[in-house]
Parts: sequence; structure tokens; C-alpha cells
Amino acid sequence: MSSPAIPQPASVDANAPLLEARAVAKRFGSREVLKNISLNIAPGEFLTLLGESGSGKTTLLRLIAGFEQPTAGEIWMIGERLDTLPPYKRRVNTVFQNYALFPHLNVRENVSYGLRVQGAPKNEIPGRVDDALNVVKMAEFGAARPSRLSGGQQQRVALARALVNRPQLLLLDEPLSALDANLRKQMQSELKALQREIGITFLFVTHDQEEAMALSDRIALLRDGALEQVASPREIYAHPATAYTAQFIGQTNLLHGEIRRSIATCGVLRWPLDETDGAVLFSLRPETIRLSPDGKRQTHEVKFRGTIRQQIYGGSSELLEVDCGAGQLLRVRLPACGPLTGDHDFVFSITDAIRVAD
Amino acid sequence: MYSRAYKTIVSAPPLLWVCLFLLLPYALMFAHSFWAVQDGVLVHRWNLANYQKLLTNPLYAEVLFRTMRIAASVMLCSLFLGYPLAYYLSFHSGPRKELLYQLVIVPLWVSYLVRGYAWKTILGSEGVLNGFLQYVHITHEPVSFLLYSPFAVVLMLTHIYTPFVFLPIYASLEHIPRPLVEASQDLGASPASTFFRVILPLSMPGLLAGATFAFVLSLGDFLAPLLVGGSSGTMIANIVQTLFGATYDWPLGAAISVCILLITLTLLLLTERLEMRWSFK
Repeated sequence: MSSPAIPQPASVDANAPLLEARAVAKRFGSREVLKNISLNIAPGEFLTLLGESGSGKTTLLRLIAGFEQPTAGEIWMIGERLDTLPPYKRRVNTVFQNYALFPHLNVRENVSYGLRVQGAPKNEIPGRVDDALNVVKMAEFGAARPSRLSGGQQQRVALARALVNRPQLLLLDEPLSALDANLRKQMQSELKALQREIGITFLFVTHDQEEAMALSDRIALLRDGALEQVASPREIYAHPATAYTAQFIGQTNLLHGEIRRSIATCGVLRWPLDETDGAVLFSLRPETIRLSPDGKRQTHEVKFRGTIRQQIYGGSSELLEVDCGAGQLLRVRLPACGPLTGDHDFVFSITDAIRVAD
Repeated sequence: MYSRAYKTIVSAPPLLWVCLFLLLPYALMFAHSFWAVQDGVLVHRWNLANYQKLLTNPLYAEVLFRTMRIAASVMLCSLFLGYPLAYYLSFHSGPRKELLYQLVIVPLWVSYLVRGYAWKTILGSEGVLNGFLQYVHITHEPVSFLLYSPFAVVLMLTHIYTPFVFLPIYASLEHIPRPLVEASQDLGASPASTFFRVILPLSMPGLLAGATFAFVLSLGDFLAPLLVGGSSGTMIANIVQTLFGATYDWPLGAAISVCILLITLTLLLLTERLEMRWSFK
């Protein structure tokens, strides 16, 4: 992206959260859409609200923007109670899912809208609009009506329209979901670069876990209106707290089993584990399992023999479905290795079997 | 692809309808306006005497201007009633929307005549309104300007045409995507500012359609002035009616009708232009 055209928001204490949701709940009639959400967003952070449709992620965004009122709890932004203010008094701007550009205004008028209604000095407006349009590379479309623009271009205008107001927090409601796959990937990297460059805090909503992984500093995973886990992409992938998280973020094998006398048993798989006895659930990522051509294993590894039931070629990798006896199926991801059939020995490291809550 | 025969069969009825009930009557009306009446008999002698009469006799111009004044008043009054009503229903009525919508529509099912007579009963010197005014001692004798005046005509027509104004405005308000309203507030616009910058411009096509309805329908109305207008509330359609009925001067009546038709067509063309200017799809 071009030079930093939009100054950073007023600096705040780096340790203080920019936005704080305190035990926020939202109910529509008898339906509990959000339950007891407590979440902090740090200044300059790129935080993603990830979840299936109906998980409440968009509702949380709308509570912060001011389009809905929380049923319980409070929202604070740098020492100011936010949830009691009407939307037009919040220093928060939104990029809407279908962009919501004003059809009766051209691109420049759309972008300058916020400045005009808030009574920004008249001589300042054209310059700031130019800057914002430059940042999103839409400078030459100033006179166009939104209906003449492609989805990607409308997306950029919507971004410029929000950024020109120098919000302290930018809310993005599935902004890329209407774009086709290639454009989407391109906009992802542009969005990430833009956020780094202008340093505005982004709160991004998506149902696409890959997108969340690619963009975010932290991911807040929502499930049925409650926070399932909040962590960095690497952390949440490597150490999912629950079976839901492990399955939602990437692919995994869930191993149901039990621990007895310091031995973990999951079907045909057994390994030593010094924990208290009881039922147990592990997440084992497919790529942590590898072939053992010589049939040997290290001391910290678990070895098993399995029959290849299915092989799905994925370009750089292969996804195998392996039957390791007694009907226990495991998914194994290997670097591309050509067709495989029959029985093979596999190993995985004990530490890669992550214990998760059910 | 449809066969030629099929296309002909399907398009024949509407074409026939348009020719028989629209083009032919218009042509006849147009022809009549250039004919004359001699000794109470229509003669097909082409002349411009009817139009000359219209231009020279000030009575016609006076009634025509009064008619347009009344039509404009009805248009403004029904806009001021219909727009807020449509706005409230579309944006703020919540779960009662459907019910309220039906309540606005219900009067359209009641006969025009019944509503006319109702106003007669309300406004007359022995009427409900005068009775009330005397009962609360605002007046001591019946107020006469209420009935048989342009005021009564405007009141009755406004009552009748407000639903016609309401409907297109309501439809255009319903078509405004709600995220646009949220986007406006999100960008810092107060509700009032959002109304004037987003909602009003985007509902312009409906507003223009409603205004046209009210004006054009009022322009040609002859029952309201007949029922509650009196002599001071006579409108141009009453004159046409008299010319065609009592006076048997069809050519002059046709000439007036041609004038009204031209005014109406000009107006329709104008609003169509404006509506195009205000649509953004």
C-alpha cells in the first residue's frame, strides 16, 4: 500500500485495553445470542471474532457499533462507557458486509460523508478524501457511482469511507465474504498490510478460519454465544483448549480414551502419560503423524500399523485415511509422496497428542 | 421462441383494449374539440372557436386556476400527512406494522360517495363539527365556511387521496436497505441528519409518484366539489360535466378536456424525468 496517509489515533497507554467488554450478554426474546462475554482489545491489535453462523459474532460487533443494546454487561473504550452512547457518538467505524455504500452519492461523496456530517473544516475535506482514496487505490474512481463499481472496488470504497474518519477502532463485518476466492486472498493481504501501516485497531468478523489465521494477531472463537477460546493463531492451532476448537480450526483426529495407571489408551493406540486416571480426549493433527519406513520409533513416539483406505491428493500434500485396526480411522497428512497402498507403519510424538476438553 | 401466431393471439386483447377504450375515445374527444354546435345539433365543421372561447372568457381560466390551486393544496396536505405516516410505519412501528398498514388501506374499500357524504355530515351547519364547536363554546352559531367551500373540497380530497400518496412512499421507504441507515449513523450522522441525507433522497421516487397521484387525481375530480364544494368550490371537471350533460355543448367540453389532458401529460412527463433523476439502481 502507499505511504501512511492516515495518521494514527491519539496515543494511549500501551497496557490499557482500547476496548473492554465486561460480562456482555444479549438476548433476543427468549433466545440468548451472547452469554457473559468478557473480552479486551489492545490498541493496534488485529482481533478476529471467529465462529459459525449464529454464534453471535456479528451481534457482538453490532453491540460495539451501537446498533444493538446489550441486555447485560458494559462496553468501555479508553475510560469511556460506550454502550450508553448512540452509534453516531462513538469513535468507531464499521465496514459493512455488503458495503452499504450510499447509492445516491458518488465515491467521493460517500467517502466524505462522515467528515461532512460531523462538520469537519471544509478546506480539510478534499485532502483527507484524496488521502483515503489513495490508501485504497481508488483515487481515479472519485466521480463514479457505487453501482458502477465491482465488488472489490466497492469494498475498497467502504474501507476508505470508514478510515477517513480516523476511528480508534474499525469494525469489519465479514467484509470479504462477497468476493470471489482470488480477489479475497488479495484483499486479505492488502488489509493486513494496511492495518500494520495505519496502526488502527481492527475488530474483524469472519466464519472462515483460514482467513482468521492469516490476518489476526489474536482470534476469539465464539460458540453458541460464548467465548470458546481467545489466543493467537499459532497458539489456538497448536494448543486448542477444547475438542470444538480443535475441529473448527484446521483438521484434527479426536481420540477418545482413558488413562489408567499412567498409561493412555485410545483404541489400539497406547502411550505412557503421567496423569490422573479417567476418561480423556486428545486432538492429534493429521500432519503430526508421519510414515516410519524402517518400522522404528524414538522413545517419545507412538508407533502403529495401519491400512490405507483412501488417499486424497492435495498438490503439496497428501491426506490419507488410515485404518489402524478395530475400525479406528485416523487422518494423516504427508508431504506429496505418490500413490500409497496396503499396510504401513506410522509414528507420532506423544507431545503432539494435545489433551482437550470435551 | 414463441411462434408468430402465439404472439399475435396473446397481444391482441390488450391491443384491442387500448385501441377501443383509450385511443379511440381520445381521438373522438380531440375531433369534437374542433367541431361546433348549431341550433343544438352537433355539426362537423372544423374550427378553433372552442379554444378561442376558452382563452377569451375569463371564467374558464379562473376555474382552471382554482382547480390547480385545490389540486396543489391536496397534494401538499396529503404529502404532509402521508409521508410521516409512511416513515413511521416503515421505520418505527415494530411488530404493529402489518396491522397499521391494513388500517391505512381499509378506507380505500369504502365507497367514495359514502366518504363524501360523511364529510357533508361532519362539516354542515347542523353537522358534527359545528355541534362540537358550539358545545365547547368556541363558537356561538354555526360556522358556514366549513361546508360548500374550496376548503371543504381540499379537506375531503386530502382524506381520500392520502392513502394513494402513502402507498408509493411506503413502498420506496421499505426498499431502502437498512444497513444504509446504520452506515449513516455509524459515520456520525444524527437521526435527523440521516433522514435528510439518506432516507429522503432515496424515497424521492415514491414521494414524486405519490405527489403525482394526488395532484392528477384531484385535478380531474368532480364529485368532491359537487358534494361539498358549493359554487365557490366548483372545479374544472364540473364545468366539463355541465357542458356535456346540461348544456349539450360537447365541442367546448372536449376542448376543456384536451387542455386538462395536456396539463396532465406534461406533469407526468416531468415527474417521470424527475423520478429517473432520483433512481440509482
